[in-house]
This record gives sequence, C-alpha cells and structure tokens, in this order.
Amino acid sequence: MVRADPQSDSFEELAMPLFDQLYNFAHWLTQNREEAEDLVQETYIKALRGFSSFQMGTNFRAWIYRILRNTFLTSRTGLRATSTVPLDQEEDAPELAVENETPETILLTRSSSQLIQNAIDGLPVHYREALLLCEVEEMSYQEIAETLSIPVGTVMSRLSRARRSLRQQLGRTLKPQEETSAAEAERGRDYGL
Amino acid sequence: MVCESWKAQLDKYLDGELSPDEVRAFDAHVRSCSACSTDALSRVQVKRAIHVAGKRFTPSAEFRRRVHGSITGKPKRTLRLGWMFAVASMAVLAIAAFLFTYVGGRSGREQVYSEIADLHVATLASSAPVDVVSTDRHTVKPWFQGKIPFSFDLPELQNSGFVLLGGRMAYVEQTPGAQLIYDIRKHHISVFVFQERSLPTRLQGNSRSSKELSFNLETWSQSGLRYFVIGDANAADIDSLAKLFKAE
Repeated sequence: MVRADPQSDSFEELAMPLFDQLYNFAHWLTQNREEAEDLVQETYIKALRGFSSFQMGTNFRAWIYRILRNTFLTSRTGLRATSTVPLDQEEDAPELAVENETPETILLTRSSSQLIQNAIDGLPVHYREALLLCEVEEMSYQEIAETLSIPVGTVMSRLSRARRSLRQQLGRTLKPQEETSAAEAERGRDYGL
Repeated sequence: MVCESWKAQLDKYLDGELSPDEVRAFDAHVRSCSACSTDALSRVQVKRAIHVAGKRFTPSAEFRRRVHGSITGKPKRTLRLGWMFAVASMAVLAIAAFLFTYVGGRSGREQVYSEIADLHVATLASSAPVDVVSTDRHTVKPWFQGKIPFSFDLPELQNSGFVLLGGRMAYVEQTPGAQLIYDIRKHHISVFVFQERSLPTRLQGNSRSSKELSFNLETWSQSGLRYFVIGDANAADIDSLAKLFKAE
C-alpha cells in the first residue's frame, strides 16, 4: 500500500482525470478486460513510485502513457503481440496517400462502429497504438513520439501504414457484403422481384 | 499528378500538423480542387468515425475505486469472514445493479453529446459544410423529404438575428437526422433533429443545457423528436434559437 502524502495528492490530481482514457487504451492493447485492469493498476503504482522523477511542467500525459505502454510491452501479452507480428520495414517518411477511397466512401453511407472496432483490433499493435493515440487521444505527432519513444518520422510512417491497413481491412470486410447484396439483388431479378 | 504532393500532406493537414502558412496554402488548394476536397472530407469522416469507435472500453466504478484507493492510501477493506462476505456481496450486487443503470445511462448520454459536438466540429471543418445551401426555410425543409423518416418545422427568423445557412444529413448512433446550420454574429450554430425513439441511447425527455468541449449545448424532446442546439455562441443565443424551435 502506498502511503498518502502531499506528493500523492498532486499525483492524484494529474493522474485520475486520465483514468478512463488510460483504461480504454490499455484494453485496446491487451484486448482483455482483466489484463487491462492489471495493466492500469500496475501503471498507476509505478507512476506514483516514480513521480518524484517527473518534472513538473513537462507533459504528464505522455509520461504516464509511456509507463503504461512500457509496462504492456514487458507483459506476457505485450511480448507475444510484438514478437508474433513483425513490422514492415519502417522509413522515417510518410507514404503517399492511397488513391483507392472505396472503403471510406462505403463508410460514409454505412458507418458502423463495430466494423471499425474490428478493423482496429486487427491492426498490429504498433500501428494500433499510434492510430489510437492520434485519433482517440488526439495527441500531436510530437506527443506520440514521446509516448512511444520513437522519432516523429516513424510516428508519421506508422500512422500512414495504420490508416492504409485499416482501409484495406475495411475494404476486405465490406467487399463480400457488397458481393452478397449484389448476388441477392441478382437472385431477386431472376425471380422477377 | 498535380495533386500528389498535396495528397501526401493531407493526413498532416487533417491532424493539425502543418504550419499556419502551410495550412493557408492547403486551404486555398482544397477550395479550388474538388478531388482533394472530396478526399479531405471522406478522411475527416473516417477520422471522426475512428474517434467515436475508439472510445470503446469503460472501467468499472469498483475498479476505479480500487486504483484510487491504492494511490491515495485509503485503507482497502479486506473481508475474510464468509458471512461478512455474503452480506457484503448482496450489498455490492444491489449497488452494481444501480450503478450499471445509472452510470451506463450517464455514459451513454455523454457519448451522444460528445458525438453531437464532433459532428458540429467536423461540419465546420468541412470545405462543404452544407448539402443544401439556402437561407430560405421553405427551400431547406423540403430538401429533407425522403431522406429522413420524419418531418419537422423550421422557425421564422425575422428580427431574431439568426440567419439560416443551410442543412445536411447527420447520423448519430447510426440514426439518420437533420443538421441545420445557423449564423449569428459570425458564430455558427448547429441544430440537430432526430427521431427520439430511433436513438439507441435514451435521453429521458428532459430539457438540458450543458457544455461539451466548451460548446454550449441545449437539448430537449418535442413531438417525438429530439433536438440538439450546439455552438460556440453564448448560452443566451443558444437558448434563443432553441426557444424559436420550441415555439414551432
């Protein structure tokens, strides 16, 4: 049990408002409620213990996210996630935008949180975390770079690849539905409907 | 091919990572290039969809209390005796049932408000914020016929200071509705109208004023429709516009 003192009061003021966000991020990383709870609990304990090394006035959010993420990487799930899914060769420059907009166009008319959540779940963990920090936590590239301890160029590269991969996954998910709908329409015509 | 260098910067533009000069140049290009503006619009909508879908997991109140206790040093209750555990379990179950109903309802409401705020922001950021451009309510209202499964009335604005800019389709929780954009003293206000029973989250009929992401928001239910008025105008202006709709 950690004892209460003035330092833990200021830690509490900084850390508790981030509780829901950290839990959400932890759950996305671990893909499991119990592991997410363990990860968040461990993060808060580690962060409080190391709070004396935190420099007030610097970015607390990036600091505590970094602790969570490093704790995840050394966990069994984290090691498995990062060892079984090799990253493509990374370059420190963003790629050109993908021309094919079909999945997005389809999304405009059939937006579904479930589809997107499944597609995010299917991303390799390094892409998933970069995308979530950017789109959900609305961190700047610099903040993401601090959190993930990677150069800004690599952040852009991972974001670009995450988005491209997401578009491809959505495209693959939506295409069979499109074909099924077309086949059903075709059958309907055959039966004179 | 001309657009390729712009497209390479599109994500940085939408992520807010370009310098003010670059943003100005990009804005000018997007206004004059339909391919890039279409691309930007679809990406903004995907960004918004990821933002909403990404807020997927919520910690339990019990877990929050446990972590909070561990960092503030509040003694954690340890129940070792079986009978105490049984009695406490009953109490916890009753509280959990209450919290599930209360907190679940509240977080659902907050998600809807957050989605409304996101829609408003995405609309203002869009290069084509309205699909039907008109200050005439008799033009805007018929435009929604056949697009949404209900009808609604638009108020007379004479001498009110408000100007109708147009309207567009909007979706909240996969439910179609109408979004109307008004202007007052250069502040843009969105009015969203949805069929109350189609919204998965129950907002319980009450009128409510609040702030979401520093926007003033007012919501109420009337004749089976759920209205949301949101914008960066002051609360009095939001309320005035809401009253005009309520009077219809």
